[in-house]
Amino acid sequence: MSDVDVRKVVIDPLVDNNPVTLQVLGICSALAVTTSLLPALLMCVALTSVAALSTAAISSIRNYIPNNIRIIVQMTVIASFVIVVDQLLRAYAFETSKQLSVFVGLIITNCIVLGRAEAFAMKNGVGLSFLDGLGNGLGYSAILIIVATIRELFGAGTLLGYRILPLVSDGGWYEANGLLLLPPSAFFIIGLLIWAIRSWKRAQAEQPDYRIHAVHRTEVL
Amino acid sequence: MADHLNLFIQAAFVENLALSFFLGMCTFLAISKRVETALGLGLAVLVVQIITVPVNHLIYALLLREGALAWAGLPDIDLSFLGLVSYIGVIAALVQILEMTLDKYFPKLYNALGIFLPLITVNCAILGGTLFMVERHYTFGESVVFGVGSGFGWALALVGLAGIREKLKYSDVPVGLQGLGITFIIVGLMSLSFMGFSGIRL
Repeated sequence: MSDVDVRKVVIDPLVDNNPVTLQVLGICSALAVTTSLLPALLMCVALTSVAALSTAAISSIRNYIPNNIRIIVQMTVIASFVIVVDQLLRAYAFETSKQLSVFVGLIITNCIVLGRAEAFAMKNGVGLSFLDGLGNGLGYSAILIIVATIRELFGAGTLLGYRILPLVSDGGWYEANGLLLLPPSAFFIIGLLIWAIRSWKRAQAEQPDYRIHAVHRTEVL
Repeated sequence: MADHLNLFIQAAFVENLALSFFLGMCTFLAISKRVETALGLGLAVLVVQIITVPVNHLIYALLLREGALAWAGLPDIDLSFLGLVSYIGVIAALVQILEMTLDKYFPKLYNALGIFLPLITVNCAILGGTLFMVERHYTFGESVVFGVGSGFGWALALVGLAGIREKLKYSDVPVGLQGLGITFIIVGLMSLSFMGFSGIRL
């Protein structure tokens, strides 16, 4: 594999082909774990390692997987890696893993992992598949970290638990925006983020199903 | 009885899987362009959820939980780390069985749900429902009610969103916000309105 290939596989998913904002994959957890930065970071590490390792593993056995049961095989491989990550988190970061609750387990059904396994790892070599999983994991992490930073900073005035904006209740000047910690704001932030990315990269914008055109009153009459 | 009714309302409205836990979002956004298909998928999710949550509850309670194997003379064994693999296996197998049964005995329903059934295996609302059931230590009765409530709530949110998106086709949305972007904003507004249910108890 050439350097160009490697760069393309790792860098592409960050903005140009981001799994969350362009392909709409894996947003369940992207929305749920972003109320504060620390769980979001852990989730990024968990997902990126599962994505990279499972695509590499699936790629290494890709020639032995019978085609008609491939989904089940892929699921089993992914589920095994998720169990390893889950047990590690419980052992070394118990408090945060409690906050992540069911969402670590839900990495199994995260469409990014399964999608990359199916679309890329089944056709490419081990090294390249590993990098592809890594790149997509990082693309997902980028969105997660942006959303979590916005939500924790403006919702609670802290980052990673350290106070950045002094709250009015503690004699400071910042009035915390509690709405940002509630579920609806995650949808709004991702929606606006998509708007921003698509205004920057025009080619990603979707075509409307139905075009509205101005009608002069005389035409109607 | 009142407890179970409360749990149903809690699962369907207050803690709606789609709108407050963001589960099953991928399919939720992809299959919500038309009310008709949304109804089909919603129904399929409801059916699968009603079956898988109680079945996984039985597996957890009788095989995996710490001390669950006491009936087999192995009281010290804790297999709960095998949970994730078993649940997803059960879900995949059940979806497959359901698909085959429908195909054989209810071909009409099979044709209506056909394309959605395989999708459901990787729908996080299903696995999420099971994981919540385990995390919250529901009893068997509660897990049945939770399955019904959460599946119903998810289907309701999906059909609601599809209804809004059908009308939205004719509105003038800015270019970059077109499609996915505006859908997120709408789901946010729906989630805001579902938050109005919080605190309701019977």
